Formats: sequence, C-alpha cells, structure tokens
Amino acid sequence: MDQLSIGGITLNSRLLVGTGKFSSYGIMPDVIKKSGTQVVTMALRRVDLEGREDNILEYIPKDCILLPNTSGARNAEEAIRIAGLARAMGCGNWIKIEVISDQKYLLPDNYETIKATEVLAKEGFIVLPYMSPDLMAAKAMESAGAAAVMPLGAPIGTNRGIRTRELIEILIDEIKVPIIVDAGIGKPSHAAEAMEMGAEAVLVNTAIATSEDPVKMAEAFSLAVQAGRMAYLAKMGPQGRFAKASSPLTGFLNEGDC
Amino acid sequence: MGFEKQLHQYDSFDILQYLNGVKENDVLRILEKRKLDALEFLALLSPAAGNLLETMAQKAHEISIKHFGKTILLYTPMYLSNFCVNQCIYCSFNFDLNIPRRKLTFDEIEEEAKAISDTGLKHILILTGESRRETPVSYLTEAVKRLKKYFQSISIEIYPLELEEYRMMAAAGVDGLTIYQEVYDKQVYRQVHIGGPKTNYLFRLNAPERACKAKFRSVNIGALLGLAQWQREAFFTGLHAQYLQNQYPDVEISISLPRIRPHAGGFKGRVKVEDRALVQILLALRLFLPYAGITISTRESRFLRDHLIPLGVTKMSAGVSTAVGGHTSDKGTDQFEIGDTRSVAEMKEVILKKGYQPILKDWMKWD
Repeated sequence: MDQLSIGGITLNSRLLVGTGKFSSYGIMPDVIKKSGTQVVTMALRRVDLEGREDNILEYIPKDCILLPNTSGARNAEEAIRIAGLARAMGCGNWIKIEVISDQKYLLPDNYETIKATEVLAKEGFIVLPYMSPDLMAAKAMESAGAAAVMPLGAPIGTNRGIRTRELIEILIDEIKVPIIVDAGIGKPSHAAEAMEMGAEAVLVNTAIATSEDPVKMAEAFSLAVQAGRMAYLAKMGPQGRFAKASSPLTGFLNEGDC
Repeated sequence: MGFEKQLHQYDSFDILQYLNGVKENDVLRILEKRKLDALEFLALLSPAAGNLLETMAQKAHEISIKHFGKTILLYTPMYLSNFCVNQCIYCSFNFDLNIPRRKLTFDEIEEEAKAISDTGLKHILILTGESRRETPVSYLTEAVKRLKKYFQSISIEIYPLELEEYRMMAAAGVDGLTIYQEVYDKQVYRQVHIGGPKTNYLFRLNAPERACKAKFRSVNIGALLGLAQWQREAFFTGLHAQYLQNQYPDVEISISLPRIRPHAGGFKGRVKVEDRALVQILLALRLFLPYAGITISTRESRFLRDHLIPLGVTKMSAGVSTAVGGHTSDKGTDQFEIGDTRSVAEMKEVILKKGYQPILKDWMKWD
C-alpha cells in the first residue's frame, strides 16, 4: 500500500491542513474530517489552553497528529523557545519550524531555520522545516535531522500555485526525506500538480480557510491530492510537442531517393 | 537621522495641488499595480480616488484576506495613571485641566488585570500620561512584572523613552509599542502641544525607531486625525510605517487611525475628518502596505467599526474604559469619550457574525 512515512510514523493521507485564517474554529472538525488529513498544523502563538471555546486544540480530533508551528519566531533562538513551549503545553513532539525575519513578504529565513532544525532534532523533535526551495539549504536541513522538508510553492497566502516548480523538482530528485509542498497552493489543481511532480505531500491552509465553503474545499483538496499521487504512481505518458505521426526532422529517411 | 530626512523631501512639495491633479483613470491604473510607490499611495488619497471607494475596498478586502485571513485580534487598554506634565489641547489629561489625578498602586493594577483577564483577553495595552516623577520607568517595569501573570502580550502607550529605557521595558516583558506622532505637520504640532516635554517633535518622531532598535516585536504608529489636513497626515503616516518596515523587517509595523473624540478640554479639532475620509485613509494604507496591521479603537462608533472589519482592519479594542482604574470602578475622568462601549463577549459575537474569527491570543510570554 502506498503510504507516507514521517519520523517513523506511517500516514495514509498526504494532505496536511493548517488552522489559520478561518472565520471560526467551529468549522474545523468538519474541515479536518472531509480533508481526511492526519496531521494538523496550528500556530503555537494562538494556542490558548485557558481559552475554553477559543482553544483551537479542542477542535482537532484526538487521532490527528498535532504539528504546532513556530509562527512569530524571528530567529532560530525564538523558534527553539516556541518549540519547547509547544512540548510543555502537551502538543507532542512534532514541530514545524517557521522563522520569518521579514514581515513584508513573510519568506522563511533558511539560515536561521537550519540552525533551529539542528538543535530541535537533537532534542528529539520530529522537525519539519518550512523553507525557500534551495537545494543546499534543504541538504543542510536533511543532514541536521529534519524528518521532512517543506519548500514553498509561492509566497504564503498568495494562492498562486507552484511558482517554484523547477526548484522543488530538484529537491524531489535530491532530498531523501519527504518533500511536502507548503504555501502558495491556491486550488486543488495546484495540489494535484505538486503530487504529480512527485512531492510526498502538500500542506494547505489559506485556500481552504478563505474559500466560501471550506468544508467542501477541504474535500476537493483531498481528492486532488489522491488523484495527483495516483497519477504520479501510474507514471504519466511522455509529453510531446508534435503529433506522433509527424517526424519533421527525420521523415526524409522514409522517403525514397528522388 | 531617521524618518525626518524623508519627511523633509516633501517640504516644498505641494500635496494639495498634486492631489487635485489626480484623475480617476490614474487611480484605476494604480489599483492594477502590485506594488505602489509613495506618489501612487498619495494619489489614493485624492478626491478622484474618493469617487472610487468601492473599487478600492474590493481590492483592499482581497489583499487583507490574503495576508491576515478572516481574523481580528482583540485587546483592551488599561490606564495606569493620568498624571501628565504636557499641555496638549486635545486631551483630558492636559496638565492645565483640573481633573482628579490618580495612579494605580501595584495591587490595584493586579485587580484591574484580573477583571480584564476574566473577559478572556490575553493582549493588553497599558497607558499613562507623561510624568517621569509619578510613573517613571521603574514603576512601569514593576507594573509589567505584575501584569505578566495575567496576559500573554503587553504593549505600552506611554511617553517616549530613550533607547536604553525601551530595552529595559523589553527585558521586563513588553513586546509592543504604540506611539502616535499625533500630527506630522510641524507647525500644527507646535500649536497643539503648548507645553511640556511633548513639545519636542523630533524626540517623539524617532521613538518608534528606538523601540524597533530595542527589539520590540510590534510597533504601532498613527496620527490623531482632525488636527491637520488629513491627506497629508495619512500620507506621512504611511511613509513613516514603510520607512520603519524597510529598516526593521522583522518588526510587525502597524497603524492606528484615531480620530479626535470629545474630551474634558472641549477642543473639537481643527479639521473635520468625515467617515468617508476615514475609510479612504484605511483603504489607501491597506493598498500601500498590504502587510501592515491596522487598528480601529473604540473612538469609533459600533456602526462604523462593524462595517470597517472587512476593509482591512486587523486589530480592535473591546471592553474599553479610558479612565484610570476604569475596569474595576466607574469613577475617574476618561481620556476621551468612547464611541463603542461593547464588552469583549459582545465584540466576539459581532465579529463571528461578520464571518471573522476573534483572536484573543496571538503571542506568548517567554517565561
């Protein structure tokens, strides 16, 4: 059976779901259910254990793996502190490292992320670093102990699709831990595209959260991810620019002397 | 140094003349762009852009959802003291006014904190007048120490500090600064700040930058709308925010749009800023600085606040009292009259009904 393995855990679903930007937490259980996801990410900065109805953790089914993220961290040190808090707050030992040192574009800081990955992996976390798709950085994260690498498809929240396609393809070819495309995926066809490329999984948040019907959109993403993965496994037929019948450059070989 | 240099570039630039020259087509062309320069931002404050508010609103809404999702962060102010040595003609705490002066003891601060934290809020903004004798930095750091037991994020709106003092506040556990220049127009600044240390325009202008240097997480600036020509004030506020964001990319820069409210002094403002103008400023700022937070306080009416939510607002106050000790007693003079008296629970409900999620916690204390 085709399964995804991260940090020694086997997963059936290749869709990870984020909890930010939703119009209410109340909708989360249905979104999670329809998405079929087994891994749900949440900003630890927003986890409010005393918050009663405002505590996001209350809305995540108990059989899901929690993937707290270090949103708000501006450097490795802050990311490490947030990860420690996440563990102390009972969010398990998975951590998505998000280090943003530029509020304008919200692009991840690969250099600080590598440093945080190294420390947290040593501390026994299952570390999933969010990063700009750069091969050398991804290699460094891998050798620092990352359980997966999460390159962005486009700047976060833009819904613009897999704009970094060429670079992500290189990561898929060269990095041994799973590549999970995170950020930029704006519609199910983008998710299917990432899966067809050979990404092991995708993480979707904004596209589901800001759609008119997040529950239905979650299901659409679930289907797209399955379709994309299935197509990848089925190995797509070769693409060609010309119709097969024509051989404009070598057709003369079949013509007689004249 | 700093933003002042940028401000000087416009000394001999006739902003009104430029605004009047902007055509609706110019505005439409600007709205197609991904990134705006300073003069394109200014064009969005023109009368021509004023005729295109709905078009601007549609785009501002889209950009806001992209950057912030359907969420509104809630906070409340806590007034610690109304002792003030300044003479600002628009404020109830003006030294010249004969109002009962009071500052909270540390135990009273904890009582207020308990009352506020019972509403579920986790973000607090503490305020004082300017009095280094009554509320020195040592008083404030002790107050912060007490407040840390109840809140996850503490911001200050107090007199401008030196860099080293901002560092002390950050070390004590303060993560946010709110400081309004009040008015960027230097001449008007002199006219409305008659006496006290606040007459030092430059020291105040550079305060947000000092807080950025002191590694504050968030810095919120603004102009008190109604003191001078609003187009100029909004323009300089936007440029100031952009300057800070460019210089300090890791700091969350945000903007408030406070309009003058009735207060004990009776001064009603020099310029009328209509609702339409407020909306235009909000939209222009959102389009110019898609990443900046925008705060709307309870200076505005409930009607207006509810309608501003989808236009790009990211942060709102709730359950507000602008009197010292106002969360545990109803005595005391308000800094200004508030326009929206709804409780935290009521605001949460309204925001949810608008299809947005009220956020009570968006940061955490380290220890």
